[in-house]
Amino acid sequence: MSSSSLTVQGLAKRYGDFVALAPTDLIVPEGEFLTLLGPSGSGKTTLLSLLAGLVQPDEGSVRIGAQDVTYSPPYERDIGVVFQNYALFPHMTIEENIAFPLKMRKVGAEEARKRAREALEMVHLPHVAGRYPKELSGGQQQRIALARCMVYRPSIILMDEPLGALDKKLREHMQLEIKRLHRETGTTVVYVTHDQEEAMTMSDRICLMNAGRIEQLGTPADLYFRPKSLFVADFLGESNILPADARGRVGDEVEVHLGGQKVPGRALANGHDLPRGSSVHVMVRPQNITVARAQEGVEGSGVQGRVSDVMVTGSLTKIYMEPLDGALPSLVAAFPTRNDGDAYRIDDVLSLSWSGRDAVVIAQGDTKPAAKPVAA
Amino acid sequence: MGAPLVFLLLAFLVYPVGQLLTLSVYNGQGFTLAPYQQLFKSALYVNVLWITMKISLATTLFAVVGAYPIAYLISVAKGPAKSRLIFWVLLAFWTSFLVRAFAWVVILGRNGVVNHLLLSLGIIDRPADLLYSFGAVLVGMVHAMLPLAVMTMLAVMENIDRTLPRAATTLGARPGTAFWTVYFPLSVPGVAAAAIMVFVSAIGFFIVPALLGGRRETMITQLIIDQVQQTLNWGLAGAISVLLLAVVLAVFLIYDRVFGFASLTGESAAAARNRDTAARRLGARVLALFGAASDALLALVPRRRRGGDGAAPRALVVFVWTLLVLVSLPAFLMIPLSFGKGGLTWPPSGFTTQWYEQMLQSPIWMQALWRSLVVAFGTGLLSMLIGVPTAFLMVRGQMRGKGAMLAFILSPIVVPRMIIAVGMFYVFAQLGLVGTVIGLVIGHTVVAVPYVVMTMMAVLRNYDTRLDLAAQSLGARPVAALRHVTFPILGAGMLSAFLFAFATSFDELTISLFSSGGLSATLPKQFWDEVTLQVSPVIAAVSTCLLIFIAALIYAADRLRRRSVAR
Repeated sequence: MSSSSLTVQGLAKRYGDFVALAPTDLIVPEGEFLTLLGPSGSGKTTLLSLLAGLVQPDEGSVRIGAQDVTYSPPYERDIGVVFQNYALFPHMTIEENIAFPLKMRKVGAEEARKRAREALEMVHLPHVAGRYPKELSGGQQQRIALARCMVYRPSIILMDEPLGALDKKLREHMQLEIKRLHRETGTTVVYVTHDQEEAMTMSDRICLMNAGRIEQLGTPADLYFRPKSLFVADFLGESNILPADARGRVGDEVEVHLGGQKVPGRALANGHDLPRGSSVHVMVRPQNITVARAQEGVEGSGVQGRVSDVMVTGSLTKIYMEPLDGALPSLVAAFPTRNDGDAYRIDDVLSLSWSGRDAVVIAQGDTKPAAKPVAA
Repeated sequence: MGAPLVFLLLAFLVYPVGQLLTLSVYNGQGFTLAPYQQLFKSALYVNVLWITMKISLATTLFAVVGAYPIAYLISVAKGPAKSRLIFWVLLAFWTSFLVRAFAWVVILGRNGVVNHLLLSLGIIDRPADLLYSFGAVLVGMVHAMLPLAVMTMLAVMENIDRTLPRAATTLGARPGTAFWTVYFPLSVPGVAAAAIMVFVSAIGFFIVPALLGGRRETMITQLIIDQVQQTLNWGLAGAISVLLLAVVLAVFLIYDRVFGFASLTGESAAAARNRDTAARRLGARVLALFGAASDALLALVPRRRRGGDGAAPRALVVFVWTLLVLVSLPAFLMIPLSFGKGGLTWPPSGFTTQWYEQMLQSPIWMQALWRSLVVAFGTGLLSMLIGVPTAFLMVRGQMRGKGAMLAFILSPIVVPRMIIAVGMFYVFAQLGLVGTVIGLVIGHTVVAVPYVVMTMMAVLRNYDTRLDLAAQSLGARPVAALRHVTFPILGAGMLSAFLFAFATSFDELTISLFSSGGLSATLPKQFWDEVTLQVSPVIAAVSTCLLIFIAALIYAADRLRRRSVAR
């Protein structure tokens, strides 16, 4: 299977004054599944269109393997694109749709037919060859779009929110399907989505984008547990972000004082070298928080506060708490729901604590200002 | 709700046309085929029929080929560029056929623009006879029909998904191949719709051949006029009408079998079910060949390193604007002529407003203008009264046979105008309606009401009835909801539909040709009498006024339409 790496250097695109993509570097190794994730207008679709050759860059370069394709038209790039609305040709049968790229590559009619049939087998739809696209369901059309893209074994496949139009169940099924096809073919895939769960489920690495630039590039675990900026911490999953002062380094952890009452705690340094006294943020995920009833008069057993809401979301129970320390934002903790009725009630005073291994420091001034001002 | 419309069409379309057709086989005493014998015995009539077909087919071919790049560019253009293109096409579309045809008389005449140009360039040394020839008729016809072809095609092209050709290029198709194997097949229903609309309009057209053609370019509708106005041979007029109608219906039936009527209104541009047939495979192979050929051609042009992101190629933009300028130019030539001292001789010399003064002082022109305004206003009102409820019925109503109903409503567009006009004249004469405002309003409403229904159907389809419910749930009483929600949204569309009916009537000549005359003439009828009897520079002044009036109308209608539909 011919698979290629993708190298992007200083690639940029502006529309008038609007910076759709600031100069960007990105390397996608051969066979990787990379997801471009971000809110709408973050530049992910622009980047994908630049890779596909559907849009021309203002500066920078794109290489596929060793070949510079920056200004090559799409048809000379040996890429495959799966479009959001599938873009199946309505006037051609399914088989003709799938054979189209082969015909463009001057593959003989017999061979093209055979390979189109194989591609249909691969997506488990061998019986629809003679039908027209509008005679298929959304999920089937999606698979045909995949088959049409994979049949000519392009060195890179680009997918632009390919599951956006499907309902939740079907979407989850197709996620697994695409993962399987990626495993079987070993093709390099660049996948665009704004659905963070989808990105976490499918990707080898995620490239999180914001306002036309890359915010963080790493494995799903990197982004989830070791976010480099407040934007990343906030965008991926639910998180608690607390203002803190750095007090000193202990191994790979940092001692911190949280909020205005300077509750002591620890958090992973995450590569930051923090001078004593510098203002930082600490992020901890709700499911990593231990909830206990506060013992009166006992200090230092975590952040104390009053329960403002209790929600049973199904498998998880979430507790929202207003810390007694007004300098801290409200916190949320989550734990598996148990059948012990409402163990905690609104206005209960609780103590929330966590292990230093589960908290991580986000250095101040990365991107976004803190949600709440840090108490001096 | 559709009853008034059905009644109107039955009484003033079906009955008159039926009368006319009956006249061809019933001579007052009994059944006869004499008119048909007369028709086919004489080489004259058969020859005219042959010429009519020849001119109509050639017009269709050139109009469709010329319209395609224009419609394509409009369908891919965005924002202000698109609005500008549409404005110029609409201006050409609504500028009176008479003004445009007459402009060609001035351009191609012995003292016209073309001869002046060729003489001053030294290419010829004495004026050539360009007028009254097959070429002149063809130029005038194509020019008259091009905007119609563009508008018809556009309805289909606008619905073609623009990602499809892009998808084709990512799959390895070069631009030429992507166009011919993906975009073009999807646009074919639009091309066919444009072709049939142009052909049917051309075959019933008489203004251009009468003004620009000689005796050898006489078309079938001119024969009908002669039979009715000069020889009073109603039987023969009826027989010719039957022939004309038969040709038109045959063309429509073939069209329906191949493409289906739905694609005419651009509603479901989805291609008809095309099963795997030999013809289809052959078509695909030919298109692939076209694609390869255009790619080979494109490969000769050096590629710009930085193209403009999939935007239309510059050469196409230049080509289309050249076409549009050529389409608009003839009518605009009337402006300098109307201020020139030299009358209708090109180039205009000096400056005078005497033609405008003559126009304003002429009771005939002023009465014609007044009458046209009254009739157009009446037509607008009556068309709305009848058409709006029908549009509601068609969009909201639950009933069987909507397709048949729509076909019936659109039939005044399909049946050649000349046949309607002659049949109506026959019936009006019996009812004493000839030369009356009422008669003209009824006649014009029959041909204007389909446009009102179509416009209002488009407006209503875009209107979300839940908005009314939302307004009422928020405490608005029905009248308040109507005033604050329904009317502001629909009102603009209704006014735009009214203006369409108004403009249709204001420019209508065929019905007025028979049913108005002398002191009761409408503006187009007066214009027609002037240009066919005596040619005076006052016509240039009148043309200029008409052009400005129509431009203002389109501008207003388009602004309103955009406010109501593209919200």
